[in-house]
Parts: sequence; structure tokens; C-alpha cells
Amino acid sequence: MLSRTADHIYWLGRYVERAETLARALDVQYRLSLLPQPAQAIAAGWMDTLHELGLLQEFRERFGDVDAERPRQFLAFDRQSPGSIYGCLRIARENARAVRGAITAEMWETLNATWLELRSLSMKRQEPDAFALFIDWVKHRSQLFRGVLMSTMLRDEGYSFMRMGMSLERGDGTARILGARLASASGGAATGGFYQWSVLLRAMSAFENYRKLYRDAVVPERVAELLVLSDSDPRSLRRSVDDLYANLQVVANQRSRETERRAGEFNALLRFGQAESVATGRLREYLDDCVERLRNIDRRISSDFLVAVETVA
Amino acid sequence: MRTNFYNEMYTAEQSVRAHYAAFADWLQSRPAGWLEQKRGEADALFHRLGITFAVYGEEQGTERLIPFDIVPRVLTAAEWATLAQGLEQRVRALNAFIGDVYGAQRILAEGIVPADVILTNAQFRPEMLGVRVPGNTYTHIAGIDIVRAGAGEFYVLEDNLRVPSGVSYMLEDRRMMMRLFPDLFSIYSVAPVEHYPELLLDNLRSVAPAGINDPTVVLLTPGRFNSAYFEHAFLAQQMGIELVEGQDLFVRDDYVYMRTTRGPQRVDVIYRRIDDDFLDPLAFRADSALGVPGLLTAYRAGHVNITNAVGTGIADDKSIYPYVPEMIEFYLSERPILNNVPTWILRRDADRDYVLANLKDLVVKEVHGAGGYGMLIGPASSKAQIEEFRARIIAHPERYIAQPTLALSACPTFVQQGLAPRHIDLRPFVLSGREVRIVPGGLTRVALPEGSLVVNSSQGGGTKDTWVLEA
Repeated sequence: MLSRTADHIYWLGRYVERAETLARALDVQYRLSLLPQPAQAIAAGWMDTLHELGLLQEFRERFGDVDAERPRQFLAFDRQSPGSIYGCLRIARENARAVRGAITAEMWETLNATWLELRSLSMKRQEPDAFALFIDWVKHRSQLFRGVLMSTMLRDEGYSFMRMGMSLERGDGTARILGARLASASGGAATGGFYQWSVLLRAMSAFENYRKLYRDAVVPERVAELLVLSDSDPRSLRRSVDDLYANLQVVANQRSRETERRAGEFNALLRFGQAESVATGRLREYLDDCVERLRNIDRRISSDFLVAVETVA
Repeated sequence: MRTNFYNEMYTAEQSVRAHYAAFADWLQSRPAGWLEQKRGEADALFHRLGITFAVYGEEQGTERLIPFDIVPRVLTAAEWATLAQGLEQRVRALNAFIGDVYGAQRILAEGIVPADVILTNAQFRPEMLGVRVPGNTYTHIAGIDIVRAGAGEFYVLEDNLRVPSGVSYMLEDRRMMMRLFPDLFSIYSVAPVEHYPELLLDNLRSVAPAGINDPTVVLLTPGRFNSAYFEHAFLAQQMGIELVEGQDLFVRDDYVYMRTTRGPQRVDVIYRRIDDDFLDPLAFRADSALGVPGLLTAYRAGHVNITNAVGTGIADDKSIYPYVPEMIEFYLSERPILNNVPTWILRRDADRDYVLANLKDLVVKEVHGAGGYGMLIGPASSKAQIEEFRARIIAHPERYIAQPTLALSACPTFVQQGLAPRHIDLRPFVLSGREVRIVPGGLTRVALPEGSLVVNSSQGGGTKDTWVLEA
């Protein structure tokens, strides 16, 4: 497959997944905002979220102080930033358009329809319940796209690059959303611990999974264990990296040995990781390490596959 | 404007032509407002499918739809049989002409086409002299524009032999008609067109360089900002071939490779959708970022085939058009089946005198113009516009040809006020490889403003599904 095509497909996968991650990050904050707490706590939560998503600096430069309202609008609908849901879906659709011959017609139509609907949605005035509906809509469109991908696309290299982009982005997103919650919750939040962590589980579609798995109270250690090390929760870092590694092996070429090794090593670390390694006191460091590993693997994927070389074999 | 045009659906006595009768009945039985609703559905579908054209700038609504009209253009089996024969004949002659121009130049030696018209033409590519191309095929994909005049007879308006576009609209219009009006297809036996990509792929594979059994075919596009990008992506997808940009290809030791995730891969046939000028910055325009350095050398060495061949523009230039009937007789020893529009060549004194005296009745075309630009339609122009053109002709007569104003046929078309006749043309797509093949019909373009004769999509033209009825 053309390197340029693979590049577009990889980033298409990343941006669709990132839009969903953003919707889930917004969901956490939205749910928290309905709980009784001072406005500063909400603003602090947004601050942690923006920081964790790497968007705090951009936000401050453009809008000044982080308040309780603005970040929501920014993360959802901002036209300029590639970090908003609007921006992600625009870039995803751009990438799809560049390779619409290499993805299935249904995938293109799903993404194009999403984009057209988003454009009409974001023009409309917001009703009070519109935001929750919007979050659900983004998740559904992302899930629809994933379903169309799984049920229509040939299992070839393109499929694997798409899955690599998606799983890398998902792992990264889970680490960041968990990181943001960790920062806010440990900052002495006013609301009780249960709500601090259950909103996270609900936003990650993991609340029921948690109950099934642990049949016990919601405690931070186990939330972290579920979202990082669990082999059964589909949004866990472990599952994401497992999927990333599996698809990387499918597309392996002569240059990608070291990348495979690093992904395999990371996969093993998560697979054989013990609950203590994500204990509350160590979690921050652990998550930073995960994000750094993913960043490194992403860079290596680019240079191994997506940037073309001219050497004739 | 004239009203004595041929109406595709109605006779001069306003009765419905036999092959439109069932359609007229069907139309009659539709409830009021139904057509509007269907047209809205068609627009929404085209948007969702992303079948758009035109400049693609930033996010704000710069993707436009080509207006699709829901009234089909219908050709009888007999009409099509004659057209198909004539098209094949014409394309065979044009292909022979190009081979001759870049080979023995017999037609110049015989004085049938003046040598200077060829040799000083900007479309003449001396780089191609003496180059052998696989199967001696140059015009792998030709789009021949056909119009129908006052009494219903067909004329060839122009030959498009470089990178003719529009075939995706032919296919999508059919898909749309079948989706919106499936019942019509049980009333009528319409010859299918959906196998076009299949024929095209087979055609492209058949012209691979000698000795390649399983050729790698790619479609070379200028990229997604090009107005025809949808078509490029669509055709590549339908044929299952890579859609490449210039940056995805490179030439090493006179072979062409594409850059893939598993390293370089040899490319054997390039269906290019960019003009000669931009193909190879080392050979043509040095500032082209769209092309592939060294491509022409690889091509001349016979290591890759390019379709259409480099240099086909010499045969679709408007200054060459008047000579096509003579080419048919010269190369094929046959009588031309399709008419040429009578054409005055303004480098000839007698022709020029006549044309300058009758500008208000004539159409004057710039010989290198395309897309309906650089054109004077006498009857529709102001005095000032005519005088401006007169000065341009006197300054450079060799740059122009003139033709009578043809009363292009019209087909009922759904416009604001309901159904009204609008002028149309027809672009069938003629494929040449081992043999000449044509899918029945082609793309019907319609000039939407009342009285307009300009059907080009860049100037507000729309499209219609084209039906060839099975006998």
C-alpha cells in the first residue's frame, strides 16, 4: 500500500477515535458539573482536563482564564483548533477524502454524513439538554464508523493501519482521561469519592463492567486497575496496546523490528502488570510512562511505514 | 434565441415521440410536488455520497454538486447503433493520425493537413517522435462531444483526447435514477453502463509494456484539490487500483516505482489525469509539482505505459478538427459516418472574410481554448463583445475557427418553473485497447439557463442520465 495512503488511513483512525475520546472527556466534566460543588471546582476540573489533553496552553492564549463554561464550547465546537471534536472530525473527513478510493464507500459515506450533520448541528442554538445529546451523538457516530469499518473493510494493510491508529489513540485517550481525573480527585475535591470515580467509569462506558468484574464498591485503585490493566474492558490501555501490537505485526516490514520490539515490550508490561503498579501513589508516574511509550511508538510507526523511502530492494 | 431546435421528447407538432411515450405517461401519473421531493432526495444523496465537484478550499461550502436532472435523455437502439459505429470509426482514425504524426508523417507529406498547423502547434510533442507505444494505441480513453441539430441529425462538436472527464457522473447519474425511480427501469429496457470501470481496467491492463503478465496499474491524480478529484478517487476505487499523486512515484534507472509501506513497487501502466505539461518537470513544465521527474524517459524507454499517450493533444486541437473527415478517408478508406460541424478556418483569407462579415450569426472558438472559455456566441453577444472579438481575430486569425450557430437539441428539464426544454449535448466515452469498446450512451450535459448553449460544468451546466434503449 502507498505510504501516503497508509498515513492518511492511520490518521483517519486516530482522529475518529480522538473525537470519541474528547466526547468522553467532556462527558466526565459534564456529569461532574451536575453535582453540587463550587464553580472553582468545576473550573479546576476543566483545567486538569485541558492540561491532560495538551490543550491548556492553546486555550489560555486564546481565551485567557479557564472558567466553568468556555472549555466545553471550545472542546466541542472550536473551528480553529485541531484539538476540538469539530476539528478532529474535520481532519478525519479530510483524510478520508484523500483516500476515499482506499476505504470502502460505506466508510466514506458514514464519515461524510457525520461531517455534514456536525456542521448543521454546530450552527444551531444550544438547548439545555443539547450538550448531553451531542456527546452521545459523537460517541454513536464513532461507534458507527468502527462498525462499518469492521463489517466492510478488507482485512488488508489498510485495515491494520486504521486499527493501529485507533488503538494507539484509544490507549492514549484512556491514559489522559484517567490522568485528569486523578489530578482533580487528589486535589481535595468537595464531592465524595464515589462520584469522583463513578462519573469517570460511566463516561468510559465502564461502570457496568466494573460492577460485573469486582462486584464491590467503587474505589480509585480498582478503577485504575480496570482502565489500565484489565484484559476484558475494551477501553483499557492493555487491550488498546494488545490490539496495536497485533496489527503492527501484520504490517511489519524490514525496518520495523525495533518498533515491534518496543510495542511487544509495552504489551508485556501491561499484560503481566500487577495491581500494585497502578496503586494511587504510583499511578501518575505510570500513566506518564504509558503516554511517553505511545508517543515513541507513534513516531516509529511514522518513520518505518508512513514516510516513503526510495531504496529499491 | 432560436426556437427551431430539435426537441428530444416532442415532435414539432407537440406530440410525444414514441420512445418517450411510456415516460410521459409515467410522469403524468405522478402526484403534484412529487418531482420536487425526489429532486431534493437526489441532492441530499449526492451530498452524502460526496459526489461533488469544483474548487475545494477551506471548510466553508466550497464543494458544489453538479446539478443532476431527473428527466433522462433517451436514445433509441437505432440512433445509438449509428452513433457507436461513427464513434469507433472516428477514434480509430484519430488514433492512426497521432501515430502518423509521431511516425512517418504521411498525412503531412500528402498535404492533407498543412505541416505548419502540426509542427508549430503547442500541442505537438517532438519528444514523442519515433516513440513506439504498446499496441500503437494513443487515445485509450476518448470523450467525443456530440450534439444534435435542427432536423435531428448528429454532429461531432469536439474530440477530447487528453484527459476527458465526466464518466463518473454518467455512472452516478444512473445509480441515482435506479435508486429514485426503480419502476422506470421495469417500464424501459435500458442498456446498462455500470461495467465501464471493468472495461477500463481490462483496457489499461491490455496496454502494459511487453512482457508484463500481471501489470500494476495506477491512476495519477493532481490530488484532492483538483475539481475532478471525486472522479479520480471513484474510478481508482471501482477498478481496485492505487490512486497516486506525483509525490508517490519516483523513477530509478528508467523504471517507475511507487512508494509503499513495504518499499518501492514497480508501476507498469499509469492512467494519468493530469495534462502533459505537468507530467514530468524534467521534460515539460519545470515548475510542476504534480508530476514525476524522469517519467518521460522511462516512458520513452518503454518501461511504463502512460494513458492517454503523451502528445494526443495534437489531435483534439480545434485547429485540427476541420481535417478529421479527411483523416477518416485517408487512414481507413471509409466515408465518415458522423458529421463534422462545418468549420471556417480563419487563417484562410476567404473563410476569414466571410466570418468577419457574419460574426453576429456565428460561433467563434479559440483553437486552444477549452471548457467553454475563449468563445464568442454571435447571436447571444452584444455589439461591443462582437467588436472586441473582431479585433482579436484580425490580430491573430490563426488562433480561431468559426462555426454556424447550431440549434442544439433540447430535452425537457426540471427547472424552477417546472419542466422546460434546455439544450443538451452528449459525451460518449470511447475506450481503445486491443479493440474499441463503448458503453452505451455517455454523459448528457445540459445548459440550465434558458436559451444557453454552454453545457460545461464549470459554467453552470448540469447532467442527465442517458438511456440507450435495447432494441
